[in-house]
Amino acid sequence: MVHFLTATSTALIASAASDDGSFHPPGLEEFFPPGIFFLDTPFEMNRIVLVRLLAVAVLLLLFYLGLRRARRVPGRSQALAEMAVEFVKTNFADDVLGEKVGRRYMPLLTGTFFGILAMNLTGIVPLLNIASTSIFIMPLVFALAVYVAFIYAGIKQHGGFSFFRNQLFLPGVPWPMHIILAPVELINVFLVRPLSLSLRLMLNMLVGHLLMVLCFSATNYFFVTGEDLGVLSIFGVVTLGAGVVMTLFEFVVAILQAYVFTLLTAVYIQQSVSEEH
Amino acid sequence: MDPVTFAQLTGNINTIGYGLAAIGPGIGVGIVAGKTVEAMARQPEMAGQLRVTMFLGIAFAELLGLIGVALFFIG
Repeated sequence: MVHFLTATSTALIASAASDDGSFHPPGLEEFFPPGIFFLDTPFEMNRIVLVRLLAVAVLLLLFYLGLRRARRVPGRSQALAEMAVEFVKTNFADDVLGEKVGRRYMPLLTGTFFGILAMNLTGIVPLLNIASTSIFIMPLVFALAVYVAFIYAGIKQHGGFSFFRNQLFLPGVPWPMHIILAPVELINVFLVRPLSLSLRLMLNMLVGHLLMVLCFSATNYFFVTGEDLGVLSIFGVVTLGAGVVMTLFEFVVAILQAYVFTLLTAVYIQQSVSEEH
Repeated sequence: MDPVTFAQLTGNINTIGYGLAAIGPGIGVGIVAGKTVEAMARQPEMAGQLRVTMFLGIAFAELLGLIGVALFFIG
């Protein structure tokens, strides 16, 4: 704990000392802060990892508090938790997968949706201020879980051979076209899907964070550190307003990206289990 | 600055490249959303299913714009 506090205060002092009055645009070094725990081991933790753990802890705590004494007639907190799970069930499991298949993949869909949502929302929580999904590895972990799930779903439904045949050879295509189409489908299904899932989430959160930091550091420059600005420091009002708008926008994007990720998960599983797509 | 040069630009040309790259996905997302609104107005009872398809279409169109952002940082 002491180590953590020292590291934080050192970082604060360092950032204050580097304010030499000029404007610093944000860069990628934002996403690679210095390590705090287990330095120089493979388990080195920086503050983004801690934010991630905090998000998971808060998520688990909320669901535990909501569902610890589950009753047939729900109380207020249980009703909220049930509403959250019900949202995933109606939107993804029932609508896309159907009642029967949907029930089997509910844990995966619920975990994906709320895990990503919690980790996205840390981007707009004051003092945390970083979306824990904005480092590539975290979306990749979610995407790999989805990857395993939709291949497992397809093999379980059809057996190994006919799953790959269904995925690679599209129905209703004249057979010479398969020479071109099968490799394209192979790359699309087994390479582009997990990569695009994780890249979309990570880049959305990264860009949102950079835009927010740009607005607020410009405000800081106009109001606090900038010298010889005179009347021009009025622009700080504009950048502050833009920063507030960007924060609201980030809130919407956090929910939307969790929604899109889970929706695509459900669609991929559905395409694996369906007879022909 | 030597006397022949009247004006000079500094900075990274990637910024212009990303601006150009964002046009395509922008048009794409606009078409997807606009057509969905049209379809919802024609058949309000299909709104739920249309919304799902709209988000799927937007997700794919938007990915191109986001890949542009990544190249912007790499270059």
